[in-house]
Amino acid sequence: MGFLHRHRGLTPYLLLAPGIAWLALFFLVPLGFLAYQSLESGSIDFGYAFNWAWGNYWDAIHNYRRQFIRSFEYAGIATVLALVISYPVAYFIAFRGGRWKNLLLLCIVAPFFVTYLIRTLAWGTILSDNGFVVRTLHDLHLLGSDGRLLATSTAVVAGITYNFLPFMALPLYVSLEQIDSRLIEAAEDLYASKLQAFLRVTLPLSLPGVVAGTLLTFIPAAGDFVNAQLLGGTKQHMIGNVIQAKYLELIDYPAAAAMSFVLMAVILILVLAYARAVGTEQLTG
Amino acid sequence: MTDQLTRRQLLERAAIGGAAITFPGILAACGGGGSDASEGTTSVERKLAKTLRMSNWTLYIDVKGKRHPTLEQFEKKTGVHVKYTEDIDGNASFFGKIQPQLQRGQSVDRDIIVMTDNSRYPSLLIDKGWVEKLDKSAIPNMKNLIAQQRHPAWDEDRDYSLPWQSGITGIGYNAKLTDPVKSIDDLLTDPKLKGKVGVLDDYSGTLTLVMLANGDDPGKVTDASFDRAIKKLQKASDSGQIRRFYGNSYKEDFAKGDLAATIAWSGDVAQLQFSNKNLQWDVPTEGGEIWTDNMFIPKGGNVYTASTFMNFVYDPKVAAQIEAYIQYICPVDGAKAAMLKLDPSLSKNRLIFPTKQMLDNVTSLDAKAFNNEKYLTTWNNLISA
Repeated sequence: MGFLHRHRGLTPYLLLAPGIAWLALFFLVPLGFLAYQSLESGSIDFGYAFNWAWGNYWDAIHNYRRQFIRSFEYAGIATVLALVISYPVAYFIAFRGGRWKNLLLLCIVAPFFVTYLIRTLAWGTILSDNGFVVRTLHDLHLLGSDGRLLATSTAVVAGITYNFLPFMALPLYVSLEQIDSRLIEAAEDLYASKLQAFLRVTLPLSLPGVVAGTLLTFIPAAGDFVNAQLLGGTKQHMIGNVIQAKYLELIDYPAAAAMSFVLMAVILILVLAYARAVGTEQLTG
Repeated sequence: MTDQLTRRQLLERAAIGGAAITFPGILAACGGGGSDASEGTTSVERKLAKTLRMSNWTLYIDVKGKRHPTLEQFEKKTGVHVKYTEDIDGNASFFGKIQPQLQRGQSVDRDIIVMTDNSRYPSLLIDKGWVEKLDKSAIPNMKNLIAQQRHPAWDEDRDYSLPWQSGITGIGYNAKLTDPVKSIDDLLTDPKLKGKVGVLDDYSGTLTLVMLANGDDPGKVTDASFDRAIKKLQKASDSGQIRRFYGNSYKEDFAKGDLAATIAWSGDVAQLQFSNKNLQWDVPTEGGEIWTDNMFIPKGGNVYTASTFMNFVYDPKVAAQIEAYIQYICPVDGAKAAMLKLDPSLSKNRLIFPTKQMLDNVTSLDAKAFNNEKYLTTWNNLISA
């Protein structure tokens, strides 16, 4: 006790120590190892050796451009869809939920009690060629006679949207819930229409939630491989699938590591550009 | 070859800092001496362990309720409890999981693992010295191994491996959705099957079948025959004929009717037939692929206990009991006779005991193609487009 008393300034660092140790051990060390590995070359039969193989990066970008672009496309569409779907839901719960608030929130989180894999497999059953969704769409002539949903881009994007929806809805709810309703009343007192009040008061105040939600959805979605694997067909593979195959099927660690770094770099650039565009204060609320 | 680090490399890597500590080579260089010394002259402690740890593929042993009768009988007979884990879902993925420990000379905490001979891994495990020699004196039942399986090219005298089961890669079809699909060409081009065709992402199985359909010899892969096979698959993939390249999961889509026909493994279809009689399987007219899953004792496993278990499952009566449930092709002589007593109807099942005609029409892929990096990369780009 005496020590801490004398070195009061140390307290915050001591409190931070477990977190820093955790990050260093389980993030920085593996990251360094990954960086090292991404510059190796060789094969599993003869072993890998470090030789500044920058070519791995060029190969990653050059050979798998399509999968990179597709990943960001799918993640982008899914993020927008998730935002469009969850904003009204979060708005309703925050402003009209009343005493049902907690129950409604539970409904959003409830699917999370089931594992990711099972939820995605369930979509495989829902969208199956003989399932009721496809049959109904056929009957309504919204889908050609040989049309299908499973093993298409639609299925993959739908799966991603569904799986990451709570990451969007919850931050949105938190920021909407914090809005002081008197501000909206004031806007209306000053002759703003409902729409104007929403656009000029509610929406700007909920931006931190929008920013947090889009980031929490987009980043993991871009690296996802489960949805493409289980709901996609021959032409829906995302970069996550390629990385997974390189790591576990081809046992080509350097290529997989280089691709992971490229993915990380692109996401970082996109996030920075996004942060600049909306202003950093929105990130921190 | 490059496994052993020079002193300079070691220092260079050490200089990289903390991150490099996890680098397998360093640990191998520091602690590798022991495993090198024991190579070749494995000293066998002839005392049974308390527990035998075995990793196997799913649906690959008899089940009764939640119990495995064969494993219980083994425990009763020898007092050794079998910790049986179904954690092998693919040769490559499982190898990827245990490779880092093996490379470092660490134990993988398993006494028996099962790997398929239509992949690069069996020969890789042996060449790298990552598996123990079998204690043949503890496996007198090895005499029951069928003649065709005694001398594989990658383990001439079965010093390191013993077959668990074999199977044939062929074509499965759903009789409710399609007429019989007899050839790979029908599978990959018949417009009636468009979007309802499954192809396995199994490099060896799929390539062997397509090469046979092309009139090429899968036993001697050339750049030209490889390209022809890839081109044919690429075309079927681009045209939308192929729905997806599947791993083990093709079974669900096949059973639920999303696939009308698919490249499929014999025993899987035999098992699916229990619940869906419409699912049929046959060797394609141009020929099929035969493969064998082999038991290995990874470095650090208990050789005597593992060998004792292998001896147990090579007893024809035990083999018949496993076979009656899993319905793959049995490598144990005398199992058919034993099964006749157990369940006479099964001994006529040609998926378990294939006819001579079937066996004459199956072959396997050129082992040189298993570790051709260029081929493997081309293949992977095809299936993860």
